[in-house]
Amino acid sequence: MTSREKEAIRYLGYGSHTVDEKTISMIADAFSSLDQVVQKRSVCRIFDMVFVDASRIQIGNLEIQSKNLGKNLKGCCKVAMFGATLGINVDRLIQRTSILNMADAVALQACAAAILEEYCDEIQRELEEQMQESGYYLRPRFSPGYGDFSIEYQSSVIAMLDCSKTIGLTLTDSCMMAPTKSVTALIGISDTKLSCHRQGCEVCTKTDCLYRRDTI
Amino acid sequence: MIKERLGKELLFFDGGMGTLLQERGLAPGELPETWNLTHVEDIRSIHSAYIEAGSDIVLTNTFGANALKFHDDRYQLEEIVSAAVQHVKQAAKPFIQNGRRVYTALDIGPSGKLLKPMGDLEFGTAYRAFREVVQYGEKAGVDLIHIETMSDTYEIKAAVLAAKENTNLPVFVTAIFDERGKLLTGADIPSLVALLEGLRVDAIGLNCGLGPSQMLPLLETLREYTSLPIIIKPNAGLPKQRNGETSYDVTPDTFASLMQQIVQNGACIIGGCCGTTPDHIRKMTEVCRNLPIQPPVPKQRTIVSSYGQFVELGTGSKIIGERINPTGKKRFKQALKEQDIDYILNEGITQEEHGAHILDVNVGLPDIDEAQTMRTVVQELQSVTSLPLQIDTVNANAMEQAMRIYNGKPMVNSVSGKQESMDMVFPLVKRYGGVVVGLTLDESGIPSTVQGRIEIAEKIIREAEKYGIPKKDLVIDVLTMTVSSEPNGAIVTLEALRRVREELGVHTVLGVSNISFGLPNRAVINSNFYTMALQQGLSAGIINPSSEDMMRSFYAFHALMNLDSNFEQYIDRFGQTQTATTDSKEKKVSSHRSLQSAIEKGLKEEARELTTTLLKTEQPLDIINQHLIPALDTVGKGFEKGTVFLPQLLMSAESAKAAFAIIKDIIKDFGAETQTKEKIVLATVKGDIHDIGKNIVKVLLENYGFSVIDLGKDVAPERIVQTVQEQGIRLVGLSALMTTTVVSMEQTIQMLRREAPACKVMVGGAVLNQEYADMIGADFYGKDAMQSVYYAQEVFQGE
Repeated sequence: MTSREKEAIRYLGYGSHTVDEKTISMIADAFSSLDQVVQKRSVCRIFDMVFVDASRIQIGNLEIQSKNLGKNLKGCCKVAMFGATLGINVDRLIQRTSILNMADAVALQACAAAILEEYCDEIQRELEEQMQESGYYLRPRFSPGYGDFSIEYQSSVIAMLDCSKTIGLTLTDSCMMAPTKSVTALIGISDTKLSCHRQGCEVCTKTDCLYRRDTI
Repeated sequence: MIKERLGKELLFFDGGMGTLLQERGLAPGELPETWNLTHVEDIRSIHSAYIEAGSDIVLTNTFGANALKFHDDRYQLEEIVSAAVQHVKQAAKPFIQNGRRVYTALDIGPSGKLLKPMGDLEFGTAYRAFREVVQYGEKAGVDLIHIETMSDTYEIKAAVLAAKENTNLPVFVTAIFDERGKLLTGADIPSLVALLEGLRVDAIGLNCGLGPSQMLPLLETLREYTSLPIIIKPNAGLPKQRNGETSYDVTPDTFASLMQQIVQNGACIIGGCCGTTPDHIRKMTEVCRNLPIQPPVPKQRTIVSSYGQFVELGTGSKIIGERINPTGKKRFKQALKEQDIDYILNEGITQEEHGAHILDVNVGLPDIDEAQTMRTVVQELQSVTSLPLQIDTVNANAMEQAMRIYNGKPMVNSVSGKQESMDMVFPLVKRYGGVVVGLTLDESGIPSTVQGRIEIAEKIIREAEKYGIPKKDLVIDVLTMTVSSEPNGAIVTLEALRRVREELGVHTVLGVSNISFGLPNRAVINSNFYTMALQQGLSAGIINPSSEDMMRSFYAFHALMNLDSNFEQYIDRFGQTQTATTDSKEKKVSSHRSLQSAIEKGLKEEARELTTTLLKTEQPLDIINQHLIPALDTVGKGFEKGTVFLPQLLMSAESAKAAFAIIKDIIKDFGAETQTKEKIVLATVKGDIHDIGKNIVKVLLENYGFSVIDLGKDVAPERIVQTVQEQGIRLVGLSALMTTTVVSMEQTIQMLRREAPACKVMVGGAVLNQEYADMIGADFYGKDAMQSVYYAQEVFQGE
């Protein structure tokens, strides 16, 4: 099983349970229909940053207040902002499928999330390689909406990257991304390597989460 | 005026603005338009540099100057726009001599928001935002409006309508395509051309996204389709991202020589976009100044489009699916009355899957608000299918509203030779664009002769011409008469059809199935008449694509007439038939499964077959109670215990749904009243565009016999309250994904408490938990979809 299939299965709430064959084939079908409509696009810019204090970060004209982000960026001098999206046709496919068959729609939803996650990893890896040449190291990515990094910052991040023009990523009035299968994130850049930093969903304080990686 | 020079001589735009502003210190995230007031000299000197370099048309620094994108408490939008216009005019002053003119173009960029149904921006809101800016621009004295860097046809339509309806200025439009020739929202070049020519803009083209060499092949396609002067404004090459920096690497010299090719290939208004500088523009004007242009050539293509594709009438015949129409369909009428949009959408998708190219949309019923329903159905269809739509109504208001909000260039059904009809329909076609079906009948009815129908067709063509509507935007319907009452009917229709095609050179359409009224085995007559009409040159038939007989005629005709290369479509359709039948037979034989087990395993097809078989021996209600409900209970319990997972739960739900659908049909056929079910309203709250959770709950509630009124996503509290009051609803389910939208959930609950205190509210969604649900005053929190079923059963227990 590929890693994206495993990831999709996790999003579907299977945990460590065995997955029936019908679901496996549904997931395979979902990936193959998604592969036809996905339009991956991303934009990334690097900014200098300074700490006003441990939980206040200044990036250009933007000041962010967040303890969690502060902790994540500790020791960094620059920060990469990126936006990535799978495009609007994924939303259209899910919408259309919801009319026809909700089981398929749910599979598409999970598989699209897995494709997006894999795409973000890819972007991060590429940036990591480029930055290493200049002696910099990356921290794990951190997105608005995680911990106390308020989702409201989403609009500043999207404006600084000019996401609507560059990759077609927009925000609704309530800070939801459209296309929905999109990510924005900050990646700390430091000249010192930090090992053993916990990554991704394990950091979250919602320990009873059905989709949590380290409990399943 | 610039309009008189368009397409007759080469005109030069300016180049990039954003990159130059960044070099001068524009901070990331800072609004460039504020510089019109804070950095006057910087802005003017950039304009001067471009004019000095040879630009004839200069864009104002107003790319993001619209109420949706521009939020700055210190400055008024009008101040920003009029200052921007003055900057160009002032910069141009020293250069206006020896007959040189510099045109000020009001620059309109995208709003930065995505329109409904995929985003949350209302078409009307987008329109109003653009209207505000174009009015300021015209007041400040611009020479033209340039709508650019657009990646959504719907937003383009809003901006163009705002410009055309509120100013008298020429309108230019350029969009941002990728290398495959697609907009971010899916449209291709022919679709954009159809839309924009329908809206009657003055020039059309490409800007941003690509460099000149990547734009060359796209220019070729553009030239094949458009009759308008072409604008090309490339970047200085493809953007390159490295180390978080974007750069462009085509030098002024290379840029200039590539732009020479662009002119030779048909562009007559050229300039630069991101990464281009006054140097690029100077080289470009030097190299291109004396090149002859390729004047635009009028095209005779009949094209309808949507946000994602176009359909051209011409080679072969096209299928217009006729099923979205209540005439003679009880179930469809019921769906319209109950606003059961999913049923209608399903009809649309099914026709697409059976081979329709265009979908006819008729929602006319005496006791519904047709305009409102038409709007809703058109918008909803456009969120699930990219097939172009044919707006089918006699209601002027419904026609106008649908044409206005339609994303693309629609087909319009119909106009007739009656003066009243032409007076109503043609102004709409002129305003919104469209390919309109002209019926050969007039004040004195339907002529019984071929000549009579030809004359009405000619009258329609002449009248359309008065509005500037060309023949290519008309499709004539010579009308199908019922042969059982008019024995000569088919002969007249077929001959008129041939003459319209051959003598008038206009495309044709026919509703086919009228032919056989009153005769047995109508499919035989219909499909043969269809073949005969195809042979006479029928450009599009309005038929039921689910009818196997009609589709056989369609594919056979195209195969026989060498219109199906290598018989691809024919083989694709019929090549597998033999084996498929054997397969399913084998499956039937090997299957000894019970209906209950088929549902538990989520086998939809088997559930369908087994239900049909069971109905021969058992009562419908017994099947529900003894097979379906026990299966659903088993799966539901498994889900709670954690042995069945969401996909399996839903596969079972979908199988049960398929079985229920068959049983319902049988009950209706026997004329038995379906029992009145308890109604539940479901909605994703205002501001929230994620509705998958709500849709899961819906399927399950319906399985358990509840009647769900699905109000969709991003639903205002007022609408929920109104529905509850009007229909006496006792349970509402609300869904919200994020903390930002739980606020609207709370508002909805508060309003419900005030206005409909007896109604219970259950809530669910990713960020919710029991504590949160209590805090916002919900009656019940469903941690998963099954919980909502149990709660609904509890609420309606004993009734």
